[in-house]
Parts: sequence; structure tokens; C-alpha cells
Amino acid sequence: MSGASLPTAAPAPVPAPATKRAAFPARALRWTRRLPLSGKVGLAFVLFWLVIALIGPLLAPYPIGAFVDENVFSPASRTFLLGSDYLGRDVLSRLLHAARYTVGLGAGAALLACTVGTGLALVAAVGRGWVDELLSRFMDTVISIPSKILALVMVAAFGSSLWLLLLIAGLTYVPGNYRIARALAVNLNQMDFVSVARARGERRAYIALSEILPNMLHPLLADFGLRFVFIVLLLSALSFLGLGVQPPQADLGSLVRENISGIAEGAPAILMPALAIATLTVSVNLLIDALPHRGRN
Amino acid sequence: MSASPASRPHAARNTLLRMIAGRIGAAFLTLILVSLVVFTISDLLPGDAAQEALGQSATPAQVAALRHEMGLDRPAYVRFGSWITGLAGGDAGQSLVANMPVGEIIRERLPNSLLLAALTTLVAVPLALTIGISSAMNRGGRLDRALNVATLSMVALPEFLVATIAVLIFSVKLRWLPSISMLPEQATWGQFFETFAMPVFSLCVVVIAQMARMTRAAVIDQLDRPYVEMALLKGLSPARVVIRHVLPNAVGPIVNAMALSLSYLLGGAIIVETIFNYPGLASLMVNAVTSRDMPLLQACAMIFCAVYLLLMLLADVTAIVANPRLRSA
Amino acid sequence: MSDPATAPDTPHVPPHVPPHVTVTNLRIAARGPDGQDIVIVDDVSFAIPKGEVLALIGESGSGKTTIALSLLGHVRPGAAITGGSITVGDAAIRSLTPAALRDLRGNRIAYVAQSAASAFNPSRTLMDQVVEPALIHDLLPRPAAEAKAVELFRALGLPKPDTIGQRYPHQLSGGQLQRLMAAMALITDPELVILDEPTTALDVTTQIGVLQAFRAVVRDRGTTAVYVSHDLAVVAQMADHIVVLNRGRVRETGRVHQILQSPRDDYTKTLMAAAHPVVEAAQDKPRTAPVPLLQIEGLTAGYGRVDAQGRPAVPVLRDIGLTLHRGEILGVIGESGSGKSTLARVIAGLLPPARGRISLDGAPLAPGLDGRSRDDFRRVQIVFQNADVALNPAHSVGQILKRPLAFYHGLTGAAADARVAELLERIQLPRTLADRPCTDLSGGQKQRVNLARALAAGPDLILCDEVTSALDTVVGAAILDLLADLRRELGIAMVFISHDISTVRAICDDILVLYSGDVVDQGPRAAFGSPPHHPYTDLLIRSVPEMRPGWLPEGLGAPALPPIDPLAGDADLCRFLPRCNVRVAGLCDRIAPPRHDLAAGNAILCHLEEGPLAVAQRAEALV
Repeated sequence: MSGASLPTAAPAPVPAPATKRAAFPARALRWTRRLPLSGKVGLAFVLFWLVIALIGPLLAPYPIGAFVDENVFSPASRTFLLGSDYLGRDVLSRLLHAARYTVGLGAGAALLACTVGTGLALVAAVGRGWVDELLSRFMDTVISIPSKILALVMVAAFGSSLWLLLLIAGLTYVPGNYRIARALAVNLNQMDFVSVARARGERRAYIALSEILPNMLHPLLADFGLRFVFIVLLLSALSFLGLGVQPPQADLGSLVRENISGIAEGAPAILMPALAIATLTVSVNLLIDALPHRGRN
Repeated sequence: MSASPASRPHAARNTLLRMIAGRIGAAFLTLILVSLVVFTISDLLPGDAAQEALGQSATPAQVAALRHEMGLDRPAYVRFGSWITGLAGGDAGQSLVANMPVGEIIRERLPNSLLLAALTTLVAVPLALTIGISSAMNRGGRLDRALNVATLSMVALPEFLVATIAVLIFSVKLRWLPSISMLPEQATWGQFFETFAMPVFSLCVVVIAQMARMTRAAVIDQLDRPYVEMALLKGLSPARVVIRHVLPNAVGPIVNAMALSLSYLLGGAIIVETIFNYPGLASLMVNAVTSRDMPLLQACAMIFCAVYLLLMLLADVTAIVANPRLRSA
Repeated sequence: MSDPATAPDTPHVPPHVPPHVTVTNLRIAARGPDGQDIVIVDDVSFAIPKGEVLALIGESGSGKTTIALSLLGHVRPGAAITGGSITVGDAAIRSLTPAALRDLRGNRIAYVAQSAASAFNPSRTLMDQVVEPALIHDLLPRPAAEAKAVELFRALGLPKPDTIGQRYPHQLSGGQLQRLMAAMALITDPELVILDEPTTALDVTTQIGVLQAFRAVVRDRGTTAVYVSHDLAVVAQMADHIVVLNRGRVRETGRVHQILQSPRDDYTKTLMAAAHPVVEAAQDKPRTAPVPLLQIEGLTAGYGRVDAQGRPAVPVLRDIGLTLHRGEILGVIGESGSGKSTLARVIAGLLPPARGRISLDGAPLAPGLDGRSRDDFRRVQIVFQNADVALNPAHSVGQILKRPLAFYHGLTGAAADARVAELLERIQLPRTLADRPCTDLSGGQKQRVNLARALAAGPDLILCDEVTSALDTVVGAAILDLLADLRRELGIAMVFISHDISTVRAICDDILVLYSGDVVDQGPRAAFGSPPHHPYTDLLIRSVPEMRPGWLPEGLGAPALPPIDPLAGDADLCRFLPRCNVRVAGLCDRIAPPRHDLAAGNAILCHLEEGPLAVAQRAEALV
């Protein structure tokens, strides 16, 4: 099909002088319009949560720790849009604060996982045989430890301050990203354009960063999204078990945990934070899936 | 190449056995490396088990005596050696908190975990295969797109949301099922169903979605090959093409997907076990983390890793046996 | 249909006999990425009388395979038949239900795919797959179908016809699989067989036997056939009628000899001209420099561990020696697996040799990349076959050309821009292309940029690895012209690697023939004009189809070879021995062949002397 999409079969059709690429907003709009419906929904929620993570606390109607309701687990009402929690605090306000932890930790840890994983993958791909052998052996070992188990062992050993959680969640998903990135990089490393660069006398660093890496960005972006989803689920699970973000700080998983006793009443205090996590992870997943794939029709 | 036709099957069986032996060896080696990683991380634990056991008021001499008694004053590699040989011999040490052998605690919990995992497998595998294959066969169609969005969402759902909603609907609103899963000693079939319905359902949601997506990808990967077009041009019906031509080639990746998802069932059941108060291995491990009971934690972690490696090994061997290129290389 | 006079009347069928296959005003369109329809087959009509062979010929994108598949009622995903009619016998293909179509396919109409290696299911035995059409259409019980398959295997000249069916596809060669695919097509005695470029993926020496086998079985059965190909010379052997296609339209239709002898359409003429590349050869001026530009002595290379004697575990090249002077072109020819591409990689330093010396202008060149200076790198440039993967898709044309300018010459900014414009002009591309991502270019344009990148270094030597093989004939011929220009005007020497001896003979000064890692024949171009040659060179030359009907010998493959003792697998014996038609028992199967010179100036690796070779090869030429 690729042949059919190129109207350039003639020997040398002189293209019109490259029209200046459209300005960013116009391009972004066109890109968005091409997404399938599921992708548009995903994009909308992803943007929504990014905004909440940035300015959420400013929107909170009540201070985060204030006991504002006489009742606990009250249902949604005009005064408390998402009801109140097990101590009579405003769920919406707590949620707006907690989202920041969930999104921030998730994005930070995913970035850490992808940077370390891809960096090591590039080293393995262009490095000498034994470097690849050693790294891959190590990653294969770590990947054989189920991610939740690995995270639990690390939490037990190191504790769970915010920075440690970021580090633990990031490191847990390094091997997964390494595996994907290494497969991509090793494939690209065998391409003729890399052979040409090597025969030109280029250094390994140039080959890794200028020849190989640019061609990995697209799939890596998708992998970043996937790691983000995994990490958000992992951290929420840890918090839900009481092993993640510790009070007085709270992420969305902590909110579910502290309100678990509201389950019998079907309180919004337990459902809303859980739903919030779900909309975040599901929408990221939908968006990644809708991204245009290069090379696939 | 020079093998005579008569000796060929024999030689092929030998290469097959050698390959399988190689995989078993590799899995074993990985398990040892895994134990090293687990030991190293848990050994980095700040603080001291002896100090913690005795509390703040203990004198340094008392602590030192206990350290000696617990073997904590030996070098790390010696402790690793005795730990790993103990594990291999079935002795996982003494639980620091429960003050009983780790092996005994685990023996009590492990069957529960296996039962839950087996039930989930029984439900999830046929469903996942059906969903995966039918969406691959309808690729790009309405059914495929709907299933795609559905499974895509299911894999990203936090388990506590699934479990919570299940409890809300079936226990709170409908009052059909209890919200806690405790199997009585002499359970009837009805009680059995009541106990396991919600935990199995909650685990299934994620696992089915994962398996179905990977199955679909494996089948589609094969559907794109020229031999599929050739089979259609021989006059085969699409169903026959999938059953006779595609599936034999997709067995490897599909089994691998199954193994990957199923390995999740033991360790990944943490949330489900916690919510339903189900006495499995995963919730045991959470307790070990909270109480910093390292021997118990290490033993649980090793069981989960061993199960993962065993499943991957089974998948690997299945793929080798199913592939004529590997079988008769 | 620009010229109605040349259109559908062509098959000279008496009016009272209806043609077996009729295609009328066929249109097929594909849905493009932006939702607009792209017409891939536009108003195509032709007819085939019963028992005759019609060839659909054209370059890539001509729609020939799409048309062929539509005869089976099949279109690839994303495309659809939008108009016209197709009739095969009494069946109107377009109006059939899916079930009726299935009944037809693999039964009355059979298909032979281009690459048998991928068209067979890798995990089922060949017998299983060959008899499947007969079984699913309930034509034969399994034992009868298997017996018939074995008969077909024999008729197609397959080795060990009784047991070959028990094997799996990966255990057989491409030529064998292609024959098995024909057996699978013919097991149901179809009335129409569609052969889709069935020999394109094969080596030229393998192709000839497969063509003979196909022609024999199709003729014996009186089967109507459609033969899809890009190669006019092959078509000349196989077909009665030709339909010339270009971009989905019929350019010319006619009987084979009419098209080959007096083509009416301009496009057909271009196609025929490109099939016989005529390149302006260099003048035979005396060699001025006494020191050759490139000299290779005793070079052995391969993969895996190297033993004490300097032999790698998997040797690819053995004891290679060659000499190349400034401004000359050395052709390296051989079939797939002969080691020709490895030779380029070794010279470029990508694969360090296990043994042997490479020198550039008399100075030794380090074996691998590590010991080479930046100037060494600059002087030797490599251009790969497939420009699609040789250009980094993440870079623009300008970026690609500027890198060597900056790397070797420190050229940046406006100076680099100016040089890029010059280079683009040099390779006859518009300078506005510099800002375009290289993924926007056509195949021929990419190959030109690929060449320009090598030129940007200012090299003394360019290693051209099958640079025209992935291109359509017309586009490839233009690249050959460009190479000849570059050599003439810039005095750049080239190692031109190809599997196509006519291309090599057109452009090269000297030729080197590789067989299974050995140089078997080596000498000036003139020496390759007439026999005697090395027996392999002879086979290679004889295997290139000529564009006249009747060139392909009758019968089934080559005559039996002289008998020899079973081979002990001695590494030093002549490697061509198993296929050699002039081998001598007691000599060739005992002693390693010597290298000796022939009168025409070439050196061959063979036991046979000039006289016997000449006699044997003249005799063949007469057959």
C-alpha cells in the first residue's frame, strides 16, 4: 500500500517548493481531527488530568484537611459535589490534591524508567557483544520478578517516602522498557543506513543518538504511555495496601484505602477516586492505541 | 545434512531434547540470579532485625548476642549460601513475627492461592481465546473495534475498582454474594460458587483482556503472511484457514501470552485477596512487608518468581515442540 | 485506452470460438490513507483463448498482480473491484457468492505465488499442503491425491519425488518450493492457472529449469494460463499473448512475436530498451598509474570463530585476490550466497577479514573499522542495494548529504547548502528536494540520493552493492547511465556488484565471477564475450533468457551430468563440482582445481584446459 500512497512514481516529478509547514496550533488541530473517536476521548481526558495535576489545588473548594461535613460518607450534594469522606472531609478537594501525586509520580517514574531503559538499550545495541550479553542477562533476571513483588520487596527494604516511591516504581519498569527499546535498537542497528554510518567512520555515540534514536521515538512514546499506566496502577495498588504514599500526603490510591469502610454504603468517597484512576489510565491507553502507527496500515 | 533418512527422526529428537534441556538449565540459572537479586535487595534493609526484635531498651551486648544467634554477624555471602541451600531443601527459615517456620505458614496458604488461580484460568483462557481469535478474524470490523476499546480499557482498570464495583452490585445492592471470601470446611457447591464468584470475576477482567489482546496480535501477525492469502486462494474457508493454517503457527506466541498472564494470577492477586479477605499467598506477602518479616517475604517472593519462570519455561517448550523448524532443525 | 485500434481485438481467435477468459473494462481501486480512492487498475480488457498463455507484463505499480488476483475473485485488503466484468469459462466471477468463489479457487482456477518460500505454511508438511486443494473440494480421496502429487513431483523434475512431500518448507530450496507450488496448483487439474512472477525470487541458473518444468506441465495439460512478470525475455519463452501494463492501464496487447519484433507503443519500446542496457563504455586508455587503487590478496572472510589456519567457522569468501585501477569499474558477479555482498562489506571495513591484505593506493588498509583513519574512510564509500533502508527515514535529504560534508570536509552552513545543491544537480534531482524527508522520494530518487551521499565524501572508490537490483528496469537503466557518467567525468573507480551478467557486461571494464566464496573466473570484459569460460560462467551466460521465443530449450531441465564418486566433503575441491557439466571423474572429485589463464585474458579456477572447454561450450551453444 505504501506505493499507492506516494504519487511520485514518475522519474523526477519536481515538487512544488516546499510550502512552509503550518503553524503549530493548526497542525495539532489537524492531527487531533484524524484520531478515531476513542483517541479523541482519550486525549480529552489526558489533557483534563494534566490540567488538574497542574492547577487542581487552586480549584479545591475547601482546604485539604478540613473537616467540613458533620456526616461521614455523605452522598454527592450541592455543597459537597463528590460527597464527604470517612472523616467528613470534602472528597472533591482531596481528590484535586491527590491527583497531583498520582499524575506526578506516575509521569516522573515513567520518565525515569524510559530514560534508563532506553539509554541502556542503546548502549547494548551499539556496544560490544559482552556489554549486551551482561545487560540483557541482568534485565532478564529482573523481569522474572513480577513487578508488584519486586516493588513490595523494595518497599520493605527501603521504605516509602515520595522519592523512594518514584525511584522504586521507575526501576521496577526499567527492564520492560529496556526489552522493547533494545529490540528496536538492535533491529535499527542492522539497517543499511547504520552500516553506511559505520563505514563512514562515525563514533558509536553518534550512531546511537543520531542514527538510531530518532527512529525509536514513535514506539518509545507509546511505551512511555504504557509504563505510565502500569506505574499509576502499581502506585495506586501500593497506596491502597497502605504501603505507598503515606499520610498526611495522599494520592488517589490512598483515598480509596482510607474510605474502604464506605464500601457497604456505596459511598462516592470510595468510588470517585477509583474512577478517577480508571479514567486516567484508560484514557492514556486509548490515546496510545489511537496514535498513528508508522509502517502499519 | 549427511544424516541418512533412517537416522533423521532420531537425530531430530535428540536436538529437541537438547534444546529443552538447555531451556531448563537457563531457567534454573535465572532462578538463582533472581534469588541473588531478592536477597541483595532485602539485605540492604536499613536497621537490624535483632535490634527490632529486642526493642530500644536492649543493651548492645544483648543485641550482639541475638545477632550471633540469628547468624546476622556472618558475612553476606555465607548468609546467602545458607539461605539458598535452606530454600532448596524446603527450609525457608523462621518467621520473625509469627515465630514459626516459614514453610509451615506457606504450606497453609499456597493451596488457597493455587485454587483461586486454577479457577480463574479455567474461566479466563477459553474466553480470552474466543475473544482474541474472533476479533482477529473480524479485523477492522465493528466487533473488533468494540472489543479493542473494551479490552484496552479493561487492562487499564485498577483491580480495586473492579472488585469494589463487584461488591457494590452483588453484595450491597443485590445481596446475592457475601463480600468476604471464606470457604467453610464442608462447603456445598453453592457455597463454593458464592465464595469464589467475585474474586474470580475480578481477576478475570484484567487477565482476560491481556490474553485476548496478545492472542489477537499473534493471530493477526500470522494473517498478514503470504501463506494465508495462498490458503484462501486454494479455496479454503476463513474458519478453516484459521484452524488449519494460522493456529499451528500462532501456538508459540499464544501460549507465551497465556503463561505471562497466568503468572500474574499468584502475585497479582494481592488486591483481590485483600479486598475479599481471601487467605492466599499474596496477602501473606503484604503482611510480611508491613511487619518487615524478611524470611517470610523472601520465601514468598521466590515462590512467585519460580512460578513465573516455570510458566515461561512451559510456554517455551510448547513453542519448541510445536515448531517444525525447531523440531527438525 | 488511448489508442482503441490496439485494444481488445488482439487475440486472433476465430469469432465463433468464445475465449476461455474474458476481462472487460476492469477497474480496481484502493482506499488511500486520506480516504480518497486511488485507481490501481483502470479500464483493462483482454481475452485468452482456451489452452493458451497470456502474459501480464509491467513494472511495479502497473497493477499486474492485482489483475491476476481478480481472476480468482480476490482483492487485497483495502482494495475493491469497482467496475467491469471477468468471465472464466461459464463463471461470471464478480457475481459469485463467497461459497461459489471458494468452490472455484484451487479447483478450476489455481494460483502459483511469487515467493513459494513464504507462500507455504512453515509448520505443515508439503504433502499436506499440496493435496489440500483436492481434499477440500472433495475431488480425490487422500491416498489417490498423494499418488497424484508424487506423479506431479516427478513430472516437475523434483528430486526424490516419493519422499519429498514429507518435508517442511524450510528444508528445501527456493527452486524446489516453486515447483512444489506448481504441483499444488495442478493437483486439481485446473482449467486456468495463474502464475504470479513465479521465478522472480530465484537465481538465474535456477530459473531456467523451473521455467522449463512449468512450460512442460502447462502445455501437456492444455491448461489456460496467465503469466505475470516484469521480465520480457522470460515472457517470450512462456506466453502466446502479451498485455503490456503501465500504472494500471493497458499500453499494448498482442501476440508475443508482434510485441517483441514490432512494438507499437512508446512505453513498450522503453521497456525493451531498458532490458538491454547499453552504457557508453569508457575508452580503453592505457593505465597510467603503476600502483593499483585497490589491491586484495589472499583474502578469506566469514563469520564465527577463526581457527589456527585463519579459517572462520562459517567461511564466506576464500582466498580472494583482485586489482582495481583508478577510474575503472570492476564487476563482481555471483548468485545469492556467493559472498559478493560480503566482499563489499570486507573492503568497507564492516567485516574484518580472517586472513589476507587489502591495500589502497599501495598502502595497507586496516582490516576492520578501528584502525582506519578518517581519510581512509573518506576514500572508500559504500552504496547499498536497497535505498529504502540505506537512507535514515528520520533525516531529510539535506541532512543526509550534509553529514559527510561536515564529517570529512568540515563544511557547514551556507557552503554546505551550496554543495548539497551541486550534488543534487549532479545526480539530476531538483535542488528543492533538500528540505524533503527522504521517505517522500520514489525508489529511483532514493537510490540517487544514496549515490550522492557517497559522492559528497569525495571518494576514490565507490562500492556499489546491487544498486539497480531493487529498481524497475527503466529506472535501473537510468542509474547505470549515471554511474557511467560519474566514472567518466569524476574518474571515480567502482566495484560494481550484481547478480545480472548482462548489466555487468554493459558497464564494467573487468569482471570477477564468484561461486560459493571462490573467484572462479576473472578477467577483462572482452574475455566474457565468447567461450571458453569457466563452466559456471558459461552456465550463467547461457541462463540469461534472451528476448526471442524459442530460446528456452525443450525438455525438463539440464541433461544428466557426468558421473563422479560420492563427495567426501573435502573443503578444497572445486565447489561447482556438483553442478558442473564438464567435470571429470577421478580428477575433479580428487584434486583441488588449479588457477590458470585462458587466451582471452581471463584466469579460471578449473582443471580443464582451454581446448576441451571451448569444444564443450561451442557444442552447447549450437543446441
